[in-house]
This record gives sequence, C-alpha cells and structure tokens, in this order.
Amino acid sequence: MTVTSQIPPPASAALKVSGVTHSFGSKTALDDVSLEAPAGAFTALVGQNGAGKTTLFSLITRLYNNTSGSIEVLGEDVRRSPARALARLGVVFQARTLDLELTVMQNLLYHAALHGIGRREAKRLAAAALGRVSLESRASDKVRALSGGQMRRVEIARALLHGPAFLLLDEPTVGLDIGSRRTLIDEVRRLITEDGIGVLWATHLTDEIAAADRVVVLHQGKVMAKGTPRELCARAKTDDVGAAFMTIVGEGERPAPQKASA
Amino acid sequence: MSAIADVTARPQREVTAKGYLVCLTGIVWREGLRFLHQRGRFLSALVRPLVWLFIFAAGFRATLGVSIIPPYETYILYEVYIAPGLMAMIQLFNGLQSSLSMVYDREVGAMRILLVSPYPRWFLLVSKLTAGIAVSLLQVYAFLFVAYFWDVAPDSHWGYVTVLPALLLTGFMLGAMGLAMSSVFKQLENFASVMNFVIFPMFFASSALYPLWRVQQSSELLFAICRWNPFTHAVELIRFALYGQIEWTALAVVSGCSIVFLLAAVFAYDPSTGLTARRGGPDAAK
Repeated sequence: MTVTSQIPPPASAALKVSGVTHSFGSKTALDDVSLEAPAGAFTALVGQNGAGKTTLFSLITRLYNNTSGSIEVLGEDVRRSPARALARLGVVFQARTLDLELTVMQNLLYHAALHGIGRREAKRLAAAALGRVSLESRASDKVRALSGGQMRRVEIARALLHGPAFLLLDEPTVGLDIGSRRTLIDEVRRLITEDGIGVLWATHLTDEIAAADRVVVLHQGKVMAKGTPRELCARAKTDDVGAAFMTIVGEGERPAPQKASA
Repeated sequence: MSAIADVTARPQREVTAKGYLVCLTGIVWREGLRFLHQRGRFLSALVRPLVWLFIFAAGFRATLGVSIIPPYETYILYEVYIAPGLMAMIQLFNGLQSSLSMVYDREVGAMRILLVSPYPRWFLLVSKLTAGIAVSLLQVYAFLFVAYFWDVAPDSHWGYVTVLPALLLTGFMLGAMGLAMSSVFKQLENFASVMNFVIFPMFFASSALYPLWRVQQSSELLFAICRWNPFTHAVELIRFALYGQIEWTALAVVSGCSIVFLLAAVFAYDPSTGLTARRGGPDAAK
C-alpha cells in the first residue's frame, strides 16, 4: 500500500530503481524497492537507521550488483553498462572519504584521475567545482585544516567535478552543526535550480525536506510511501512531515513486524 | 528548463585508452603523495630492516656461519646473506600495510571512492597494486643505499639494476596477497595481529634468515614448510637477481602466486561474485 503521487511521473527519470530486492544471508535488506528520481529535482529518501538506505546506495554505485530488478542512471543500466552509468553519477558517501593529509586540490585531482580526466582539464574543473561550493580560497589547504561542514562541501565539489547529471548523497548532514547543515542544504538546492542536476538525498531528518520535494519513505527495506510532503501529510492526517513519517513507518510495523526473507 | 536539458544531455565522457593511463597515473601519484606525507611510515619502513641488519645480523654473525651456496661464490658475511630477506620483508610489510590499511584506519572510505570510478574493477585493483609496488621500490632502494655504506652490497653495481625486475614481481605478489587478504579479513583489529599471524610466520619460515639446508638439518617438517612458503621463493628470486642470476623455480612460484593472489583479489572485489556483496551488507565496505 503506497501513496501514489498525483504528479505525473517524469518523462525520463534520471535515476530509476525497479523491483530491487537484496539480501545478506538470510537478512533481507531491500524488499522489492522501486523509485524514480527526476533530473532537476530534490528527492528525499527518508528512513531510520537500518532502513536500507546505504544498501540501496551501494547497489546504485555498484559496490556490488543488484541480483534482482534493475537500476538505471539516465537510461544506462548500472549492471550492464557500469562505466557509462558511473560516469554520470556523483556520490557523497556517509563516511568521510577525503585524504586528510592531502590538500583540497590534490583530493580533487585524484578524483578527476579516477574519471580519466587529464591534469590540465582537471585543474580547471576542480577550480570551478570549488567555486560552486564557495571554497576556492581553500584549494591549497590541507583537508585536515577544514571544518566538518567544509569537508562535506569539498566532497560535494568532488562529486560534481566530472560533470555528473545526478548526485547521490548518503546522510550528508550527519555530524554537522545547524549552520553548516543549512549551508549544505542550500548549496545542494542551488545546484538543482541552477544546473538542473538531479539529487537523491538520504536522510533521517525530516526537517531537511522542503514543500516542493519528492519524498520516498523507506522502512525495513520496503518503500512505504512516495509523493510530495503534502501527500504524505494528507495520508497520515497531520500537517507535520515528521509526524507523517512516523505514522507511515508505524503502519509498516503493525501487520508483520518481522518479514521473512522473500 | 533549458538548464535541465543541459545537464542530462551533457556529452558522455567515454572511457578511453588515454583515460586508463590518466587513471593509473593518478592512483600512483596519490599513493606516492600519501607516502611522502606519512614520514613515520617511511622512517619505520627504513628503520625496521636496518635494525635487523645492524643489530640482529651483527650479533649472529659469529654464531651462524654461512657456507658457500649459490649465488654466492665466496664466503659472505651474514649481513650480506640476510639482505635479500630484508628487502622482501620491506615489500611484505608494505604490501600488507597499504592493503590492510583499507580495513581499518578509516581508509575504507577511500576504497569506496576508488571503486565508484567508471573504470573496470580489475584495472583499479591492478593500479592500486602498481602504486604499492612503486612505494615499496622507494623503500627497498633507500634500504640498499644505507646498506651500501655498511658494506652490504652485491658483487657488481649491476646487481642494483638486475634486481629491479625481481622486486617488481615480488612486490606484485606480496601486494596482491595483501589486497586479497584485505577483502577476507574484516576482523583484524590492528596491525599487531597481522604481524603475528601473517608476517612473522611467513618471514621466519623462509630462507630469509637462514639457508634452507640448515633448516633441513634441524627439522624436515620445517624444511617442507619453508619450501612451500611463497615468501621463500620471493627471497630467493631477489637473492639471485642481485647477482645477475635467475632462480627459475623461484621465478615460476612467484609468478604463479602473483596470478593466483591477483585473481583472488579481483574475485573478492567483484561486484557480483565478490565477498563485499556477501559479507554482511554495506558495513563490509563503508
């Protein structure tokens, strides 16, 4: 039982996950998950810890293959043409993944090399990407000298460097203070309006969701609801997104709390 | 709306031959930078074998006589005998350190960044391996440089050149071994357990510190273990190469093991068959 969106589905979803089930041993981490995230929009993937968000991200970034269903990035199947799909994807992982000992620029140049971008072009792109997150003045500083929020923004710059059409962010605001959180969210939203990039933003903080966003609620590996915040609120008969989320998650608990692996 | 069209219609960056080279160079460059920034790591990589050379070997010089065995044509000092073993030890440490640092040290995040590159997984692993070998060569030659002033040197200066291909191969084998192990052992809490369970047994049950005929005199079983230990063959390959000779058995064993370890690593990190997919979820490679 999912809330079906009143918005017509986008003509071409930038990210399309259809019928993906994934298990680790006997534990089902994802159970028939389907979702679409369009270009030029903010899609929030909301779920509590352990809901399966990181597993889904691992599959989209092909840390390991999906064994069922399909995952497409701009029409490229991640399993069948991983190189083309990964080249169009920018990722910010939950864990910090910058080299603290190296400078901001060195970190970005390394990433560019991983995408096969030659040194001269890489420098230009890195400077531009740092400009996008207002950190161009820190290019030659060691990452260690940056604040947590700045590191996250460097990671976003890195994710943008190779010109992806879609950005995945796995709980990027974890561990940031309120101010840095605000800056980060504003920056990502600006990318959407200015560059038309698509964003899938995993979070467990419902206050990061704005009225115009699309929301996907993931709970115990299942998609519980999809739609606009207003639709979720209507369904839960409340006017608060956080309360709506808790209600929807609660619905999932009642019928069969422990789902046997499919 | 036009902006939206722009970003999705942006031309696809193709994976090209030049791109492969850029990717490889980038990975080696980063490893080199990291190595230079971790002065402690370089220092310990240098000091460790020198302690063996200056103290251990000096102390045992009188106790352990080494008779003339190939490739040596005269009586040699014990220091000279153990030098190849120490060179292999540097590479063993380096191979395990650079790979196992992925398991702890929060290096694992760096592994994820590596693996989202659009280049094929095997290529990324081989590049990572190449980077490790390059770093190990820096360490080994730094060691040889210091050892030279201690009168530990091959007969001819050409030895420094002829040993290079051997070092490349042994570095490959030990690096690939570390890479394969990094995917298998999730539980290694610290480097001490690696030392106890991998480095020490491999190092001591080999021809690094004593010629195998000596081992045979004391224990046939240990002799057999030493002969089956790939590290023994790495040491012998280096030992002969320092004297401009090829030890064919060692060459065959080291090449064979390199391939097996590399295949194991590629298998372990493969997205569909790999251990990352089987072993307990995203935490396996966070």
